Amino acid sequence: MRYLPLSETDRGEMLARVGVRSMDELFADIPQAMRAHGLPKLPRHKGEMEVERLLSRLAAQNRPAGAGPFFVGAGAYKHYVPATVDHLIQRSEFLTGYTPYQPEIAQGFLQYMFEFQTQVCLLTGMDVANASVYDGSTACGEAVLMAHRVTRRRKAVLSGGLHPHYAEVVRTLSALGGDTVETLAPDVRATEDLLAAIDDTVSCVVVQTPDVFGNLRDLQAIADKAHAHGALLIAVFTEAMSLGLVTAPGDMGADIVVGEGQSIGNALNFGGPYVGLFATRAKFVRQMPGRLCGETVDAEGKRGFVLTLSTREQHIRREKATSNMCTSSGLCALAFSIHLALLGEVGLRRVARINHAAAVKLADALGAVPDVEILNDTFFNEFTVKLPKPAADVVAALAAKGILGGVPVSRLLPGAGLDDHLLVASTEVNTDDDRAALVAALQEVL
Amino acid sequence: MLNRQGRPTTPGVGSAETHATFTGNRAILQEEALLFELGRADATGVDFDEPEPFIARLGTLERTGDIGLPGLSEPEAVRHYVRLSQRNFSIDTGPVPLGSCTMKHNPRLNERMARLPGFADVHPLQPVSTVPGALALMQELAAWLMEITGMPAISLSPRAGAHGELCGMAAIKSAIAAKGEAATRKVVLVPDSAHGTNPATAAMVGMPVRAVPVRADGTVDPAEVAKLVGPDIAALMITNPNTCGLFERDIAEIARIVHEAGAYIYCDGANLNAIMGRARPGDLGIDAMQINLHKTFSTPHGGGGPGSGPVVLSARVSAFAPLPLLRTGADGVELVEVGADADEARPFGRLSAFHGQMGMFVRALTYMLSHGGDGLAQASDDAVLAANYIRVGLADLMSLPFGNRLCMQEVLFDDAWLKDSGVTTLDFAKAMIDEGYHPMTMYFPLVVHGAMLIEPTESESKASLDLFVATLRDLALAARAGDSERFTGAPYYAPRRRLDETRAARQPVLRWTPPAPIAEAAE
Repeated sequence: MRYLPLSETDRGEMLARVGVRSMDELFADIPQAMRAHGLPKLPRHKGEMEVERLLSRLAAQNRPAGAGPFFVGAGAYKHYVPATVDHLIQRSEFLTGYTPYQPEIAQGFLQYMFEFQTQVCLLTGMDVANASVYDGSTACGEAVLMAHRVTRRRKAVLSGGLHPHYAEVVRTLSALGGDTVETLAPDVRATEDLLAAIDDTVSCVVVQTPDVFGNLRDLQAIADKAHAHGALLIAVFTEAMSLGLVTAPGDMGADIVVGEGQSIGNALNFGGPYVGLFATRAKFVRQMPGRLCGETVDAEGKRGFVLTLSTREQHIRREKATSNMCTSSGLCALAFSIHLALLGEVGLRRVARINHAAAVKLADALGAVPDVEILNDTFFNEFTVKLPKPAADVVAALAAKGILGGVPVSRLLPGAGLDDHLLVASTEVNTDDDRAALVAALQEVL
Repeated sequence: MLNRQGRPTTPGVGSAETHATFTGNRAILQEEALLFELGRADATGVDFDEPEPFIARLGTLERTGDIGLPGLSEPEAVRHYVRLSQRNFSIDTGPVPLGSCTMKHNPRLNERMARLPGFADVHPLQPVSTVPGALALMQELAAWLMEITGMPAISLSPRAGAHGELCGMAAIKSAIAAKGEAATRKVVLVPDSAHGTNPATAAMVGMPVRAVPVRADGTVDPAEVAKLVGPDIAALMITNPNTCGLFERDIAEIARIVHEAGAYIYCDGANLNAIMGRARPGDLGIDAMQINLHKTFSTPHGGGGPGSGPVVLSARVSAFAPLPLLRTGADGVELVEVGADADEARPFGRLSAFHGQMGMFVRALTYMLSHGGDGLAQASDDAVLAANYIRVGLADLMSLPFGNRLCMQEVLFDDAWLKDSGVTTLDFAKAMIDEGYHPMTMYFPLVVHGAMLIEPTESESKASLDLFVATLRDLALAARAGDSERFTGAPYYAPRRRLDETRAARQPVLRWTPPAPIAEAAE
């Protein structure tokens, strides 16, 4: 077994040193009646080549995004990630290190976390950010719990433009904690009246921009009304790349900004691992969940970094902690940070403009197809299309032609009467040929 | 003396202390500035052409003004992150004997498999008909985990261990609600020795915690549990093997008492690496248990994530697993994403978007297929053997709070042996850094004073274990001999000396800010 260094001779010598006659004796504390005898129903060990063959066979049954025209988004986006990113995150000292609780031998982790936190602050327009949480949806759920702690109220109002999975995470966590959630109806055209839902009982309003239907939302009026009633505005994004082109939530009055960072630095991975971004105002930092890195000095006065404000966290505060989380998204946050450092301000802005241009081109082309209607006035790289047929059927027909055409709204919101709505995304990876293929195929299947 | 090229080869003498470098660098260990000090607003390491002119559809919401992000060219970026990486200790550097963390070798085949385009480049919401291999992989992983644990059901979606705890406790809470006892059955029993995540999880599901004292031998006493159970008790959260490195030998009796009282058992599965092939949680009366794929199944820790925490469930709570569900139907594996399609199941909701940490599933299954059932059982055996080997190697010098008895995959020492030495557990740990080791888990579990929890895992060779024991013996003897400065000033040789954590917390600097302009600074 290639991963196990001990030989039978080693084992014999070590058992003797421990003072037992057999491995069985080592497990004497497990009562006889409960003992298992190996794992005989599982296959025996295999060599690398054989394992690779088995897994490659499974992988080959899936249609990768890069294998043809691809327009699927709705919370996860296909972008080009430079080769450098994946190489660097696989450095042994990044890949196989532990959480930096021993800062003297983890300055590499801690410094990138400090840089990551700063990048997230700049992108979102906020004061402080944590070192990441699991993903955008769990960041959203944690943000609502944090707003409840800050306001000492227990009711969240969710926009009808919030990603349905995110809304469901909030409702699930709220039900467990005994909190109240008011979810507005699905809001395809961003016309809902959120202001009317805000009163003195509300802890927070949760609004996504670009929303799940692709619309850009001006948050300032919502922030103003929320603040007038002592409530917080939680701004959500699922496409981090949009922050290179669209007004930052922090510049529109948001108190907490959370979102999915996958689209910078990270692959699609069938839904995970991703990286949740979490930022807030300085005055709320002690109610923020998750790991935080801070600057300090060492015994010789040299600049260094440590995990800090850990009195918020479960390993110190136990049941009084801000969250039970004890993991961030380490490597995914590192990938995000490296990709963003490579892009820089000019690169991010440019690739964001390319995304927007790609989506505008596609919207114009699709809008010219008979019986197809583009429902958005504004969008970044994704928009909603109304079709003359159920979108799920259309997507299936497109897939049969080798084109992944988008996400039927019915997959996220079954029974909402939006079966003919399709979410379509276009990013820098799409070529003019990809778009032409989608338009042509759509004309055939409609 | 000169060599054949005529160069002098006799080394000069002198001490490093009197020859501090001008740069602060120490040969290949380089000081590294912050990205914000290195980068420039107009630099980029990515080449894209500007799009052709087009009419934007941003309404009034186009971002104006500088974001402030620095950019690096590719060579600068590579050097920055390589230098940062060199300031980290990792498993690939040397042993990381962190108790309860299971820092085992991370096979590189796992990484290669996770990057196959058929896994890495598939979208969670592309048509299900285009991802049968992804669903089959998840089903296969589920089957292995259920077989290893002897449990009948599983939820793969939790994104980390603590997320798995939340999932398991939510399923238990839902089962209680389904019996109409939600209003009365609310209290969770948690032993003193538990991980901090356990009480924090109970709080997240709205359940107050009551502590169960640990008896003198470090395990939970069924008689104590019997005293505490009643109609108000929802669950007992227990860790087995526990955080003292001991198997809870009365677990079956404890489970019987808890179940008879109408409550449930949550088992913290952090220490599963000790018992594969030796005991199955399903035979111990467990109702829910998270499996930390980043511990037992070798997915990388990555400096704090991403993790993955599938939860195995007993028949008593399995109906309440969260969305999405995997189901085997006529056309193979089906993915159930909405409650309306869940048939007889009654999911308590959704814990995160999409379907779980697929990238970690691929790595974990790669590891399992590599090991096979025989290799997994051997891994547990070797892990337990290695911990005991360290125990007997140090037992005469360091103190074992529960006596010199067999342990599981980790061995717990306390600081009684350091009494009057002027050296604390923290100092001892920092001196280990100078000797080239990552410290063990310190000050946890809380039930013993100055805890030092050592978990070598099965990945260390005998030579490595021998060297580790010898080093700790040297350190222990030095501490006892009064050489306290070696410890209280440590580490001396790490990239940084001990860091001022109090200052970091009192005057938090949590992000880089541009230095004040020179004119302003001069005022």
